[in-house]
Amino acid sequence: MAKWLKEIGPHADIVVSTRVRLARNIEGFPFPHILNEEKAEELKKIVMESVISGNSTLQNHFNIISMKDISQIERLNYLEKYLVSPDLIRHSNIGSALINKEETISILINEEDHIRVQCLLPGLQLEKAWDLAQNIDDLIEEKINYSYEEELGYLTACPTNLGTGVRVSVMLHLPALSLTGHINGVLKASGQIGLAVRGIYGEGTDFLGHLYQISNQVTLGITEQEIISNISDVTMQIIQNERSARDKLLHHRKIELEDKVFRSYGILKNARVMSRSEAMQLISDIKLGINLGLIENNNMEILNELTALIQPGCLQKYYAMELSESDRDIKRAQLIREMLG
Amino acid sequence: MICQDCNQRAATVHFTKIVQGVKNETHLCDECARLRQNKSFDDVFSIHNFLAGLLDVSGDSVRKQEYPNNFICSKCGTTYDYFKKVGRLGCNNCYIEFKEKMNPLVRKIHGNTLHTGKVPKRTGGIIKKRRELQQLKLQLNDAINKQEFEKAAELRDKINELNRQILDM
Repeated sequence: MAKWLKEIGPHADIVVSTRVRLARNIEGFPFPHILNEEKAEELKKIVMESVISGNSTLQNHFNIISMKDISQIERLNYLEKYLVSPDLIRHSNIGSALINKEETISILINEEDHIRVQCLLPGLQLEKAWDLAQNIDDLIEEKINYSYEEELGYLTACPTNLGTGVRVSVMLHLPALSLTGHINGVLKASGQIGLAVRGIYGEGTDFLGHLYQISNQVTLGITEQEIISNISDVTMQIIQNERSARDKLLHHRKIELEDKVFRSYGILKNARVMSRSEAMQLISDIKLGINLGLIENNNMEILNELTALIQPGCLQKYYAMELSESDRDIKRAQLIREMLG
Repeated sequence: MICQDCNQRAATVHFTKIVQGVKNETHLCDECARLRQNKSFDDVFSIHNFLAGLLDVSGDSVRKQEYPNNFICSKCGTTYDYFKKVGRLGCNNCYIEFKEKMNPLVRKIHGNTLHTGKVPKRTGGIIKKRRELQQLKLQLNDAINKQEFEKAAELRDKINELNRQILDM
């Protein structure tokens, strides 16, 4: 299981994970969307060699996964753990990923860009995630000429990633700001200072389980350190606001909150059929209950792990079988009961 | 009536579409209807469509100007029209060949057209030195304004040395 799901990081009461992504392309090759399979294979070898035969201590820790060699369930499973992207799956005839054993680093090859380096850590760890991404970037560059231009920086297939090619994001659990309606202010303010806020499980799952992802929009004309410090400043402010909203809820609406949390707990421990969106919502309630000390003897790691395990791909991988949507709802309820004990 | 997408839940949303006299009925449950709607919204707001949209409304000069069919990247064969459609360029050379058209778009997206971040270590030596040179020149002006002539002399020597290194590269 990926480190970001297994371990608890700094500010874990609110920040689920931190991700840094770099987009890079190699000189002399067209961008992946017009790359033929033969050239794509050549490119993959070049990147793999630069990582595997590099002189870094990281070299022995990567597994190579070709999208075309794995099942749709496996692809979905990696996607739900954020180790690959929808675009890599769309390019599954040419797309590959180098993933380290801890599942903190994935290097996507032939995604929208030739190389996407991504580091994913539990909690708020912007500097550490950036350092990791930066080390891999330097390691790859030892043997490869990146497409780079003095004015536009790192050249990317889509002009929205030009310049640094850096996208930094944090995944936040904001139940109190959502319940009190203050979240709209956060969304508006973030947009005004050039940050994007999204739900975290893509299509049709907006803000499922009160989870929000905040990331930088602009990548050109701003340094990597500025991007990181912007996200860091905003995240710290949101953390403070969420904590104070939680305190207020606890003081003014304690019984109502307790009722919500324990009802959710009862349903999770006893239900026989459970949709993904219901499960996400209920797990969010329990996490809030644990953070506020309303429920004791519970394990936050298990709940974090559950948020990934109940997704369709992970669930099917866990039970090692293909499941229809209605079967998934039954197995999901079963898995939750088992894990909550 | 059962939803025709999931074949499980009761259909609660009903569409009727009549095209050239042919009637087409769709019956969906709430969830599947929402999925279809989200999908169509996602298509409309995908970043590449959105970019193409920006290009189409990025001022009369771009909109009304007819690009000849030979407005094409000599290295990868991508045409500017194709970029407008898919929102992706074909290779690094496209950025050079479409530069005039790209700059306003890049400014629109990022509010800027000048990279200030990381420089590749191996291939970016000269760029680093030029940036360093720029910094030193600013410091030199500052020193002169403050009448710190000893410091200014030191900076001048550093600038000369850097200029020499750049010429040798």
